[in-house]
Amino acid sequence: MNNTELELLKIIADMDGTPAGAFNIRSNGSLAERHITENVNIVTKTDKPGIDIIVKPNTKNEKIHIPVIISESGLEEIVYNDFIIGDGADVEIVAGCGIHNCGDEESRHDGIHSFFVGKNAKVRYVEKHFGNGDGNGEKNMNPTTIINIAEGGSMEMETTQIKGIDSTNRVTKAHLQKDATLIIKEKLMTHGKQKAETDFTVNLDGENSSANVISRSVAKDNSQQVFLSKINGNNICSGHTECDAIIMDNAHVSAIPEITANHIDASLIHEAAIGKIAGEQLIKLMTLGLSEKEAEEQIVNGFLK
Amino acid sequence: MLELQNVSFSAENVDGKKEIIKNISLKIDNGFTVITGPNGGGKSTLAKIISGILKPSSGKILLDGEDITGYSITERANKGISFAFQQPVRFKGITVNDLISLAAGKNIGITEACDYLSQVGLCARDYINREVNASLSGGELKRIEIATVLARQTKISLFDEPEAGIDLWSFNSLIQVFEKMHGTLGGSIIIISHQERILNIADRIIVVSEGNIEKTGTKQEILPALLGKADMACKKLIGG
Repeated sequence: MNNTELELLKIIADMDGTPAGAFNIRSNGSLAERHITENVNIVTKTDKPGIDIIVKPNTKNEKIHIPVIISESGLEEIVYNDFIIGDGADVEIVAGCGIHNCGDEESRHDGIHSFFVGKNAKVRYVEKHFGNGDGNGEKNMNPTTIINIAEGGSMEMETTQIKGIDSTNRVTKAHLQKDATLIIKEKLMTHGKQKAETDFTVNLDGENSSANVISRSVAKDNSQQVFLSKINGNNICSGHTECDAIIMDNAHVSAIPEITANHIDASLIHEAAIGKIAGEQLIKLMTLGLSEKEAEEQIVNGFLK
Repeated sequence: MLELQNVSFSAENVDGKKEIIKNISLKIDNGFTVITGPNGGGKSTLAKIISGILKPSSGKILLDGEDITGYSITERANKGISFAFQQPVRFKGITVNDLISLAAGKNIGITEACDYLSQVGLCARDYINREVNASLSGGELKRIEIATVLARQTKISLFDEPEAGIDLWSFNSLIQVFEKMHGTLGGSIIIISHQERILNIADRIIVVSEGNIEKTGTKQEILPALLGKADMACKKLIGG
């Protein structure tokens, strides 16, 4: 792997050298390197591009890295990854996609990730999206995440897209069984002419299931963001969705929360706020000696931290 | 030394132009200066003019002889003016440690940041990683605001009603904070306050009323009259 690719790996997967534990690195449309462990198997799919990540029941404290990098201009791919997390397992999965496009053609990665979280299993899933390169070629990503959580299982998903992705359509759909929990934290920043659409649908099917969907975003320049978040309460359950956006320059932001209760004991809340950086916040930081631009950076970085 | 020469400030409102500061001239030396006077008299406006948040309609502001009237908020901050707001600002995501580091102008260690927090009566470990957001109470924010000014260690430190929202216990330590600041920095500490105990530590008191300096002098000269007035007002209220 060259330096550009290693740099991307560091940004999207915090990988510095070979990680401990299981990993699978996909580079420019094919497998670059793979390592499996006694408890975590990774198998290439035979019917379509992608891999199956199989975690044995009761596996504890393993970290799995599955980054994807694209450094060839004009590469377009759709990848199907399935995560089968055995009952009682407790693991962390770090995914991420980095595109470095110096050419003029579109580079695109569409990842379709399906999670099957077993009974009482616990998953922390971290996903980072990043693009760079000086070419005119667009860097696009359309991640789809399908989540199924069995009884007593829980999943925490942290999804971040901080820079450089021209267009993204992020779809997440989840079904939760009895006592299952889902937490989604999204952080998003768009700039230039970028477009980002986020679409979460969470179905609280089981008794005492709960979900918390939190999005924080910053839209700069002429970028556009649409945030859709639907929670369907189909049983005794609790759901909360929150979108908080900072709008700057000539950007556009829409926040469309939707909560539906199909059960008398479904308790659902949505909150959405969009606003520019408060003038008094800038002034306060300027009285500490920061320029207006530095103050703005601090506020944005803090907000997305 | 900070000097204001013939400073005026007017603001437009629905009734037309209103003069809030009327041709004020004053010199502020090192030591404690307390600016007091009735609400709406122009004290906070004066503080905002000194820190550069508001531009005077006319007049000049000099810092150690240098004309800083045209300087921005940032430039004045870097020249050595600090300002603790009456209503501290909240930030989502920025932690207490971030804010104190920004104020100090460098990434200070946890120990140093904790030291500033302890001085304002906050148990540092509980606060250092907290976000400066709506989860903090008004009093907590106020103390953090004062800690940021302590961390800046500048020659001019301006506090707009630091006592507001601070409970009695920390009021004592607040006075100590000011006294310690005075000892270590040796610069000008300017406090806008109505509090008798803060007026009591003043080297000089300036009474601002209706946009003018009503009077200025040492606490021995000003305080008895001020307190007498308050006393009279109280007596009137209770019909004494």
